[in-house]
Amino acid sequence: MGVITLTVDGAAVAVPAGASLLEACRRAGVVLPTLCHLDGLTPVGACRLCLVEVEGVGRPVAACVGEPAEGMAVHTDTPQLRQLRRMGVELFFAEGNHICAFCVANGACELQDVAVAVGMDHSRFPYRYPQRAVDASHPLFTLDHNRCILCTRCVRACDELEGAHVWDVAERGSHCRIVAGLDQPWGAVEACTSCGLCVDACPTGALFHNDATTAEKQAHRERPALLREARLGHGWRNQGEAPP
Amino acid sequence: MSVTAAATGRLRCCDASACRQAGGPALRQALITARTAAGLAEQDLAIQPVGCLRLCGRGPLVAAEGAGGPGLWGGVPPERAGELLAAVRAAGDASAEALAAHRLDPHHPFFALQQPVVLERCGLIDPDDLDDALAHGAYAQLRRCVRELSPEAVRDEVRRSGLRGRGGAGYPTGLKWDTVALQPPGPRLVVANGDEGDPGAFMDRTVLESDPHRLLEGLAIAAWAVAAERGYVYVRAEYPLAIARLRRALEQVEARGGFGAAFCGTPWPLQLEVRVGAGAYVCGEETALLQSIEGRRGTPRPRPPYPAQRGLGGAPTLINNVETLAAVPAILREGGAWYAGLGVAAEGEAAGAPANAGTKVFSLSGAVVNTGVVEVPLGLPLRTVVETMGGGVPGGQPVKAVQTGGPSGGCIPASHLDTPLSYEALAALGSILGSGGMVVLGPETAMPALARYFMGFCVEESCGKCLPCRAGTVQLAALLDRFVAGQAEPADLERLAELGAMVKATSLCGLGQSAPNPLLATLRHFRGEYEAACRAAAEPGRAS
Repeated sequence: MGVITLTVDGAAVAVPAGASLLEACRRAGVVLPTLCHLDGLTPVGACRLCLVEVEGVGRPVAACVGEPAEGMAVHTDTPQLRQLRRMGVELFFAEGNHICAFCVANGACELQDVAVAVGMDHSRFPYRYPQRAVDASHPLFTLDHNRCILCTRCVRACDELEGAHVWDVAERGSHCRIVAGLDQPWGAVEACTSCGLCVDACPTGALFHNDATTAEKQAHRERPALLREARLGHGWRNQGEAPP
Repeated sequence: MSVTAAATGRLRCCDASACRQAGGPALRQALITARTAAGLAEQDLAIQPVGCLRLCGRGPLVAAEGAGGPGLWGGVPPERAGELLAAVRAAGDASAEALAAHRLDPHHPFFALQQPVVLERCGLIDPDDLDDALAHGAYAQLRRCVRELSPEAVRDEVRRSGLRGRGGAGYPTGLKWDTVALQPPGPRLVVANGDEGDPGAFMDRTVLESDPHRLLEGLAIAAWAVAAERGYVYVRAEYPLAIARLRRALEQVEARGGFGAAFCGTPWPLQLEVRVGAGAYVCGEETALLQSIEGRRGTPRPRPPYPAQRGLGGAPTLINNVETLAAVPAILREGGAWYAGLGVAAEGEAAGAPANAGTKVFSLSGAVVNTGVVEVPLGLPLRTVVETMGGGVPGGQPVKAVQTGGPSGGCIPASHLDTPLSYEALAALGSILGSGGMVVLGPETAMPALARYFMGFCVEESCGKCLPCRAGTVQLAALLDRFVAGQAEPADLERLAELGAMVKATSLCGLGQSAPNPLLATLRHFRGEYEAACRAAAEPGRAS
């Protein structure tokens, strides 16, 4: 495995070949806003918040799926990027029904976090107030489509780590929604093992435990990464334990 | 049925979609009945279904060769088939006079300025008849490739031709073929992209309906050039006739033992398969198309890796547009240099710039006198196609603009009609050459409404995977609604430009990246109309 050196905001970093631009930025101490990315899951480059500018490349690159190259010069905090990210977060808030004050994930919500990170205090785009449903058919968990941002982390966690592939995406465009099984009520899907990994992976309050109420969601978003690491490394380390 | 040499005349009846819809089959049947009534047989006068005869707007079209001289007839009603037959059979027949309104001039620039390469057999052969295609040279180049040329030699020829992707992106075809061929050893695949979804585009449909063996030959040659043994033709479900003809063409090849045994005299295990889309525009995007072939949800994925590196099942996959592949047999027959010489050198073109070589098929529609399919050399001024060939806007009204490239393209205002048709020149004006859709707009077209139409298309066709395209197009459409209703504020203009630029810069795939183009291009060239929509709202006395 080779090593690639590049600069992130002027600071030189070295990453192993095969690492993503997002990892390179982290090594340089830069925290990029992300929503669809979750360590341990295959990146999809869908939320377009981790955009960076690469010198010599005409358009911004999503760092989570970007490939570092030797000598590459990456910029993560330009006025243009700040504007693009803020507009992206505004679009997220405007397309769903996100009412923080009543949300189970208030205080433990990545959408809230990125809004703070990009300095979005209001949306310049009108809220769409879409008509969306709640699926409370599962004995342990609930899916509230109003809070879903279509990051597909639940889809990938269930497919890649639990191997059940309960979740998928139906429809297209702004009509997209997460569906369980063959577009069944979640509770009717026999493939679901009730492992709760999708709830752990969810960045917002769209998936939650039935016993949690306002601001009570306990997010364990590190679990997919721990599981993947355990599987690839053939060994388990407890949460909070330092990597070997 | 092949035309027998003994036939003293023949009628070629267009049997492609447009003419079928205009009553082509009924007219052909009436002609056959009239032939029998006149006591004639097939040998005396062949009446043959053929592919596109180009001037779709005047269909059903019949091209005639007979004692009455060569002629082209459009829109003849079936009940006048007898007169048409008489006019064809004898020079100076009174029927010719009576049918004068239906007689089209084959020397009109619409026909005369065409340079058929991709379409060279369209309208000459029966698309359902392999022997007819073979008699007109089909598969001769495939045979030559397999028997005489190395894959490298084939790729060299294509590279020399300067052929670029006709789906719209304009990527050099030879380079793409090399990229696939030079991947590490292992299986490779070839795919023909026939998911032609732009509103106002019907070039690929014309090729598939008129000369399906031509695409199959081009695809088979591509497979030879990159050492692939499997391939797919992906066609949108909205093209039932094209799918039926393509499938029949493949069956005919298979019935003769496959491409190797049938045409090359040597076993060659090439397997081609037709795959039908399920009604998603985004599946014309190559990575989404591959997902669709694999039976998955048709959503694009980030590139790199490009399909040429990792495509179907992880194998290097060559994807070319139908028209691109259909140009290949002629390039090999006449040589790459010949094809490169067909393009018109555009004025002021930088040395070393990617060539605009060869011909391009355009589908001409909208507010234009002559609606149909044209194939012209690249570099020709847009005006020549729209005004000289197309005849301009009906009623002699001025052209307001020409929409090129569908929902990914933009509008070229009339003041830029002298722009040469090249990838770079149209891009410099904020539009694209695109796949070849060309919609002429007359003076009454309101530009905000046009932009709203295309934005609505993108809202409907966004796959929903990435945020800017899924949510951004919805907000852009809502903003445009305010301009269409004349209720916009000056600040909305700024929002339009800002959000349009954001969706363009940040979307995941080409569809999202180009979704704002119709809006941004009309905003650039027709800003006055958008400003007027703001002013209308500012004047309370002007309630609508």
